[in-house]
Amino acid sequence: MLSDQDRIFTNLYGVHDVGLAGARSRGDWDGTAAILARGRDAIIDEMKASGLRGRGGAGFPTGMKWSFMPKVVGDRPHYLVVNADESEPGTCKDRDILRHDPHKLIEGCLIASFAMGAHAAYIYIRGEFYNEAVALQKAIDEAYDAGLIGKNACGSGWDFDCYLHRGAGAYICGEETALIESLEGKKGMPRLKPPFPAAVGLYGCPSTVNNVESIAVAPTIMRRGAAWFSALGRPRNAGTKLFCISGHVNKPCNVEEELGIPLRELIDRYAGGVRGGWDNLLAIIPGGASVPVLNKATCDTILMDFDSLRDVKSGLGTAAVIVMDKSTDIIKAIARLSQFYKHESCGQCTPCREGTGWMMRVMNRMVQGRAEIEEIDTLEAVTRQVEGHTICALGNAAAWPIQGLIKNFRPEMEARIAVYKASKSMKMAAE
Amino acid sequence: MAAHPKQDFIQPASFAFDADSMVQVDKHIAKYPAGRQASAVLPLLDLAQRQMGRTTGSAWVSVAAMDEIGRILDMPPIRVYEVATFYLMFNMAPVGKFHLQLCTTTPCWLRGSDDIVQACRDVTGIKGWKENSADGLFTMTEVECVGACVNAPILQVNDDFYEDMDSERTRALLESLKRGVVPKFGSMTGRQASAPDGGPITLLFEKAE
Repeated sequence: MLSDQDRIFTNLYGVHDVGLAGARSRGDWDGTAAILARGRDAIIDEMKASGLRGRGGAGFPTGMKWSFMPKVVGDRPHYLVVNADESEPGTCKDRDILRHDPHKLIEGCLIASFAMGAHAAYIYIRGEFYNEAVALQKAIDEAYDAGLIGKNACGSGWDFDCYLHRGAGAYICGEETALIESLEGKKGMPRLKPPFPAAVGLYGCPSTVNNVESIAVAPTIMRRGAAWFSALGRPRNAGTKLFCISGHVNKPCNVEEELGIPLRELIDRYAGGVRGGWDNLLAIIPGGASVPVLNKATCDTILMDFDSLRDVKSGLGTAAVIVMDKSTDIIKAIARLSQFYKHESCGQCTPCREGTGWMMRVMNRMVQGRAEIEEIDTLEAVTRQVEGHTICALGNAAAWPIQGLIKNFRPEMEARIAVYKASKSMKMAAE
Repeated sequence: MAAHPKQDFIQPASFAFDADSMVQVDKHIAKYPAGRQASAVLPLLDLAQRQMGRTTGSAWVSVAAMDEIGRILDMPPIRVYEVATFYLMFNMAPVGKFHLQLCTTTPCWLRGSDDIVQACRDVTGIKGWKENSADGLFTMTEVECVGACVNAPILQVNDDFYEDMDSERTRALLESLKRGVVPKFGSMTGRQASAPDGGPITLLFEKAE
């Protein structure tokens, strides 16, 4: 079990002073200038050595991502863009950083920007997080007033501006290139990659887009060292992680724990267990809506990290654990996600625009059982035609929950169809 | 812009940012590099909607407001229209004083969002989505995950999240709003943010010391 001394987000629940004085008392902004004085390469090497993998879902090594930025700043300025568009169903971890520990994020922005030669960072926060944006803006203003950011930030000689930009309700803007488009004042439609943002990003300039949590842990990693961080968690899955435990548990909550914690322990220890006990568990979506659902047998033993979950053909995603007990209509739970993806498809690529609507309509029939058994295979085949055939990963994200359902709960789907057919023939016989 | 299919309303002939808004308009434009002022289109649409809410009691964005934003940002009107209609949070038709945004995505649904929807329908008399109540006080919109899932189900009223809702708490909230009393947002069961019910069981430094 992770000790409080090894937790990074010590004001996760907002019990303590959110302001600068409170943040300083928790160790934020301590010796920031000295961290910057180590130099760009040393900071990036430390981040690489820490083993931190991006906390936004894909799990790409953060230090390596930073190293992709051009070494020398040319005609075009560099930008850091922070993805605070937290919208993955089940996920509400960045919200707590934004409203309760905003100085960790701002200090992280300074360190990351310096390491990448950027003098400006844009934090793109989802529009619905209005009160969180107010809290974060207040912290940014405090940091400016205290000389921590702005001209000669922290007395380091580095000029750094941090801007908050509110979105306006579009899940797709959590995709990094859609986010950049949106930040440029356009519809949030993902761009083809390559070119990658590190070459051509915001305003056509070299840019790096990082998740809030990835940036907010950077100052602590720099202070306590890569060795400390990488000693936590499991090999190739280093460090601590914010977990969001929602759904059918006795005490839903957010908590910071080590990567690699057994899923069952996470739920039993922190979320008061599954409603009605562990044996009442039906299924868990372990990493936000976009990753395939796990059946109970897998949940019994699975470890919560990138590689363990990948090995069972699911994913850690954002570490948003959505728990469903045996009272759940699992087909409806997944059908609701199909509705989500249909609503959030940007409409740019045909397989996704048409496929998400088609999959939703078939899923809605599956909820009723108003389908033929063979249509389960057709549905599965169509998810394969959407998956991997779109510019961004939304097509995959729409396909995977359905694939997970069919893989783990096909008997339930077939039974639903049989019940529906039986009720039909009963009706006909009665008539 | 076609009229809203469900309700007829009049598009105001003109729109201008008032003095309060203009201060904000300039602040937002200044965030972006010279020549990149189009980046301010989302903030300005939001400002226009807030000003409409402040001055008329209904927070929405008229065609005239979009045209004015296009003028200020040197964008063709169609570029503003396409942005305004792409993002869910801009209301293209008048809404009630209290915009009820109901999350029904799976994490909220698992925790009983159907009950919240029913309670809102019962109290407001609104039957469909994106419809306004007869008294003009409420609009009901189905929204996707608002990102507060460990405090599900969520009812968002204008800017504020009311969390850990159930049918009874929803009815009480709406009755209160009807009386013009806006309760403090956050968990309606009084728990500490995203900590487990009963209080944090981690981050207990003080107690240990």
